[in-house]
Amino acid sequence: MSSQALSPRLGRALRVRASAGVVVAVLVAVVLVPLLFPLDEQAVDMAHKLQAPSPAHPFGTDDVGRDVLLRCVYGLRVSLLVGVVAALTATVIGTAVGAAAGAAGGRTDRMVMRVVDVFSSVPHLLLGIFIVAMFRPGVWPVVVSVGLTHWLSTARIVRAEVLSLRSRDFVDAAVSGGASRWRVGVRHLLPGVLPQAGLAAVLMVPHAIWHESALSFLGLGLPTHRASLGNMIQGARGTLLAGDWWPTLFPGLFLIIPTLAIAGLAGVWRERINPRRRSELML
Amino acid sequence: MTRPTPPALELREITAGYDRAAPVLRGVSLTVGEGEAVGLLGPSGCGKSTLAKVAALLHRPFAGTVHLGGAPARGFRHRAPRAQRTAVGVVFQQPRLAADPRLTLASLIAEPLRATGRRAEAAGRTEELARSVGLGGDLLARRPHEVSDGQLQRACLARALALRPRVLVCDEMTAMLDASTTAALVAVVEDYRERSGAALLAVGHDRTLLERWCDRTVEMAAGAEAGTALRSARRAPADTSAG
Repeated sequence: MSSQALSPRLGRALRVRASAGVVVAVLVAVVLVPLLFPLDEQAVDMAHKLQAPSPAHPFGTDDVGRDVLLRCVYGLRVSLLVGVVAALTATVIGTAVGAAAGAAGGRTDRMVMRVVDVFSSVPHLLLGIFIVAMFRPGVWPVVVSVGLTHWLSTARIVRAEVLSLRSRDFVDAAVSGGASRWRVGVRHLLPGVLPQAGLAAVLMVPHAIWHESALSFLGLGLPTHRASLGNMIQGARGTLLAGDWWPTLFPGLFLIIPTLAIAGLAGVWRERINPRRRSELML
Repeated sequence: MTRPTPPALELREITAGYDRAAPVLRGVSLTVGEGEAVGLLGPSGCGKSTLAKVAALLHRPFAGTVHLGGAPARGFRHRAPRAQRTAVGVVFQQPRLAADPRLTLASLIAEPLRATGRRAEAAGRTEELARSVGLGGDLLARRPHEVSDGQLQRACLARALALRPRVLVCDEMTAMLDASTTAALVAVVEDYRERSGAALLAVGHDRTLLERWCDRTVEMAAGAEAGTALRSARRAPADTSAG
């Protein structure tokens, strides 16, 4: 009822503020907390295992006595790092491939986009698992795995945008003015697709975070002792059945709330650059 | 009429369009002599603009050849050598679409100079070009969305003249503009042609304007076919006041 009573403008303003607040809080937390509270990821404290939330441990402790709040913050830090780097990797690859295909056109375009179609036909997670399986567990294999599987949609978006820009008169004018292919691409086409590519990158961050968590949950992501949200949920599954809800609930919330906040900001950005399309939360 | 020098622009048997099965133009030929001004008239959809793009080496025809100053065009768009591409200046109908929205008017005018590696002379030439089309001071620092259609079209004309083309193709250059801006732009083109001896292919549907502006007009019918399509009319010798 109350959300229906709000005008769309006010609702959006509220969404922007809430999302921005969460994102800022998360950024401050992942930068400051590791400076103030160093975490020995190998340390266990069996005397204090599975303690319910209390002032000493606001989120409780897990099955080997580690503080869940501290591990959540460290886990979110790894997730954000992986998410941002992987999203940037995917966007750079996607933009380069899409722009090249769109700018070249003709046979090159068709061949490149068929390759994109072939890669898209393999489920992301399966391809991602295949890639991480080739390396030892760690942050970089996960980044590579997400980066190499998530550039396809960006390539499609960028290519479509370049194709539509390419037929504009101002590109004809540049060609007539002696501009080389490279100059047309870099000076006239690429700046035109950057807002779209940037938006795709931001929308990719939550996606990449979830992908990292999924890989860690499956035991293929980060080494199991590393504090990562996926690892924490995976490690605490057994205790959930015994009624100890906190070691799974809090990492879950740390996964959901920040990614929704990032997606919410990206949705507002998308409304601004393309007001005709109503945005839905895209994860 | 026999000419001692080869024509500035010669289109021979051009078949062009966007679908090979249904070309817009079939076997159309058109010659623009050295220093001559030719007006191309026709109803909308008859392929005038397509022919203008072929003439400017911006659209590859399915068949036919383009000769510039007697030399055959060696390709279209990026496949055309830079010297041939830049020998034809183009002004488009809609300045909004023809201007990169991110560039200021000054960079817009300077773009061909920078693209061809004449960065050093760009600043001075830009000012000179802007003055010649009647664009002053602070307008040059603005972006396309901050100026009127007429002002933007002046900048586009300045851009087309930046590399001193031998042929100027104006595709409905004045269709979006009021009478006084039209007169001013035509005067700029004529002034440039007088100084440089460049040829002009002016495309449009404003018969009165083109008949006054050009040495002769050529008429295209809808679905232009070889031979029958282009009727040529020469301007009456008495009527020489252009613009």
